[in-house]
Amino acid sequence: METTFTRSNPAERTRRTTVRSKLISLIGPATIAGGVIWAILQPYRLTLLHPVGEGFWWLVFEPPLLVAVVGVVFIAVVARPLLADLEEADAASR
Amino acid sequence: MLPHAEMVHWAFAAGILFVGLCLLSEAIVGPEVWRRRKWRAYLWPGVAFALGVLLWPVMAFFTNSAIHMYAHGAWAQVLMLAGGAELGLVHGRLRSPLWRLTWPLAFAVSGIAFIVHEQNAWTFARSAFLHHLLGWTFIVAAAIVLPLVWRPRSIVFRSGFALIVVAVSVMLFCDRDVAPVFGHLSPLAGVAHR
Repeated sequence: METTFTRSNPAERTRRTTVRSKLISLIGPATIAGGVIWAILQPYRLTLLHPVGEGFWWLVFEPPLLVAVVGVVFIAVVARPLLADLEEADAASR
Repeated sequence: MLPHAEMVHWAFAAGILFVGLCLLSEAIVGPEVWRRRKWRAYLWPGVAFALGVLLWPVMAFFTNSAIHMYAHGAWAQVLMLAGGAELGLVHGRLRSPLWRLTWPLAFAVSGIAFIVHEQNAWTFARSAFLHHLLGWTFIVAAAIVLPLVWRPRSIVFRSGFALIVVAVSVMLFCDRDVAPVFGHLSPLAGVAHR
């Protein structure tokens, strides 16, 4: 007698992909939220809010803004294409 | 006029945070999906290598003592070595898994350099505290990433690697040239600013 068995069924695979997609979708916004919360807690770190009398470098390097920018760049450069690839990979494995 | 040292730390923190987020994503989706686009496979090793290159001008322009210069030079070398080895592995030019030993090596050297070049006690100032904390974090990190040499696909160790890199970026973002730590600032450290 010969039987076949599956290591993981399509429903299980899809559920795993959904969880991974959600996690990837969350990373960028969570990073941006980190920057925004930091800016609210320490508004004096955002020299753009009070630029008078600030030197050039103080206006360039604003740590909460840097964190938010990293989140935005991550969403645009990494997360979006990665989510598309994740869906493609899931569709191909079905 | 050069930016303050703390600003350079924040700029590096931003780059390191990006590397950490990429590592975390790779750990979540797995290497097959991550490498579906060729450029993405080179992304974080390339950024890591570039950060190593950028540490050289930091060493030249921002260090005010020999021991600081040696420490920054050591970080530049090990980061370039680890990033370069990872680029070689991704490209397929390097095949031996032993090249992955460059990350534990980089972390161990970085940790020792942090601890050795910080002459003050933990609570002297915030920068002293962060030097000690970063040093010990890197030493623990070396032990966490070591198993990746033999188990490169392990989601636990890959996630650990990513979270350590993110934690390092957070610590660098906390850096200030002269600031108290837990309300304590040595009078020898100078006058605190924002």
